[in-house]
Amino acid sequence: MASSHGTPPVFNNKVIAWVDHRLPIFSYIEKEYHTFPTPRNFNYFWNFGAIATVMLVLMIATGIVLATNYTPHVLMAFDAVERIDRDVPQGWLIRDLHMNGASFFFIAVYIHIFRGMYYGSYKAPRELLWMLGVVIFLLMMATAFMGYVLPWGQMSFWGATVITNLFSAIPVVGESIVTWLWGGFAVDNPTLNRFFALHYLLPFVIVAVVALHVVALHVHGSNNPTGIDVKGPQDTVPFHPYYTMKDGFGVMVFLIIFAAFVFFAPDYLGHPDNYIPADPLVTPAHIVPEWYFLPFYAILRAIPDKLGGVLAMFGAIAVLFILPWLDTSRVRSCTFRPIYKWFMMLLVVDVIVLGICGSKPAEGFWVPLSQLATLYYFAHFLVLLPILGKIERPLPLPPSIADSVLKKKAV
Amino acid sequence: MRAMRKPFARKFLVSGAIALAALATGTVAIAAGGTEPPPANKWHFQGPFGTFDRAAAQRGYQVYQEVCAACHSLRLVAYRNLMDLGLTENQVKGLIKDITVPDLNDDGAPIDRPARPSDRFKSPFPNLAAAAAANNGKAPPDLSVMIKARANGADYMHALLTGYVPYDKLTPEQIKEFDVKKDDNFNKYFPGHKIAMAAPLSDDKVTYADGTKATLSQQASDVTEFLAWAAEPHMEDRKRTGVRVILFLLALAGLMYAVKRVVWADKH
Repeated sequence: MASSHGTPPVFNNKVIAWVDHRLPIFSYIEKEYHTFPTPRNFNYFWNFGAIATVMLVLMIATGIVLATNYTPHVLMAFDAVERIDRDVPQGWLIRDLHMNGASFFFIAVYIHIFRGMYYGSYKAPRELLWMLGVVIFLLMMATAFMGYVLPWGQMSFWGATVITNLFSAIPVVGESIVTWLWGGFAVDNPTLNRFFALHYLLPFVIVAVVALHVVALHVHGSNNPTGIDVKGPQDTVPFHPYYTMKDGFGVMVFLIIFAAFVFFAPDYLGHPDNYIPADPLVTPAHIVPEWYFLPFYAILRAIPDKLGGVLAMFGAIAVLFILPWLDTSRVRSCTFRPIYKWFMMLLVVDVIVLGICGSKPAEGFWVPLSQLATLYYFAHFLVLLPILGKIERPLPLPPSIADSVLKKKAV
Repeated sequence: MRAMRKPFARKFLVSGAIALAALATGTVAIAAGGTEPPPANKWHFQGPFGTFDRAAAQRGYQVYQEVCAACHSLRLVAYRNLMDLGLTENQVKGLIKDITVPDLNDDGAPIDRPARPSDRFKSPFPNLAAAAAANNGKAPPDLSVMIKARANGADYMHALLTGYVPYDKLTPEQIKEFDVKKDDNFNKYFPGHKIAMAAPLSDDKVTYADGTKATLSQQASDVTEFLAWAAEPHMEDRKRTGVRVILFLLALAGLMYAVKRVVWADKH
């Protein structure tokens, strides 16, 4: 078991030693994933980085198999997906894993983001780590959106039409940009073909940004539930076996819930209309995106002006980029922020309300509710966060991580 | 079995805050129609251990073939797939012995040849334009994935097939509100109520070989069972695999938890 934190590892295996002397990949793994000093007080929220990584690998693995059986053509795409489901050996399994995997990747990432916000993981010196995470989130949204277009059902087609049309809100050049995106004058075969190409490309871009995210993480190490810095070896444990085993357990629990959907409710998170082949002449009664986009969809529709709606929707993510500078409090963790803690929970409720608004037709009572929820979303980041840091009186911080762990045990 | 509708989905979703948003999506499609929701039925294939009722699905095939197939295609299903419903290869060959499908001969000339088990179900019209032309301008939809293409598909299908109300049984308010003419078909469960398809089924529309009484509801149930199978022929395989996968993951999770406890024993 790893006891040394700084000394370079000695490899007994001659081949490994030979390779490592020339290309230190084994030293790197040893340093970053074995002896890497990690705060000893993580709760289970800290599992979700590992869980998201597992989901990313699962999505790429199943995606490559699906791509080998799929045909990106408007006349064949719907049937190609059905052929995977019906005739490709275990094709139904690969497809169910992939389409539910997207939802569960987002579930893991949303919890991961919440963890970062609640415990102040975005604060100095981890601002770039956080911003790289927001980049990953944006890339995931683009990838998921284009993936949903590929089965070429009614929601695929009309979702693609609605979302690409957003760019027409850009003054002067908007219409030209939309034509350029489509590769024609409507969502058609060139659109499907390029979405397939990009849907295959972007996951590998995500992998690259995840690598940067991990490199940035390993500079200053992980934050922890107290939000205070590591002060010495008594505050940490080696990453392996302590967190490899804890992450392993968390991944298993997550996969059980995932498997329950994949095998017993594979279409629950999807929309029945996507089993109707795309028909440009028939608009569905009610166009909705996948559930993980609903809060942003609600923000888009909350603003009565098209350009305003588009700006608000992108602004809702842009505001996350500057989060480290909006938060003026010197205390990281909500555990020691008696007022902000409740506003953080209120933000979660607000995002869920936005999600429900996004799933409803934009009429009646849902319109003012989504406007109110949108207003609160931005007020949280742009008004509450900067002010609260100044006026809130944080609880006393424990002297060290080790201290907080031992104290908890004594209670 | 009725209590087990979507049991997994509900249980897990309600527990997670994020999943709440997902739950809302599920309710959208039901709300969209603005009509009465279809009554919930007991289906042999529902629940985590549900399987297809082979006899009902075979009767349903008969209903499809003798009634629905006059207008509705089932183009994603192959005749050989019927063997999954318990028919032998010879029985399948017997069923299709009178069916001919369009093909090209060795000289490239169009011909009609006898159907083979590997052929997909023959569509009633040569193409969508012909289907639309023969049906007042709108092609009857393909039924291959119909059960998955509607919210609560199986219940909706049964409700639709049994939900016709004759013109003289309609209230004056209904006639006024939905602008129903004497020749219109009024269906309680169809969004907007006026449906192009005339009531396709009635008591004893088909005669079952196994002696089952062919009531309207029985035929509707049988054809729904058949179409549920057609929409997802691997459903039983999916559930069987799922039970094994979840048992395996539970065991592995238990093992991981035990290992984690041992590893952390000196740090707590």
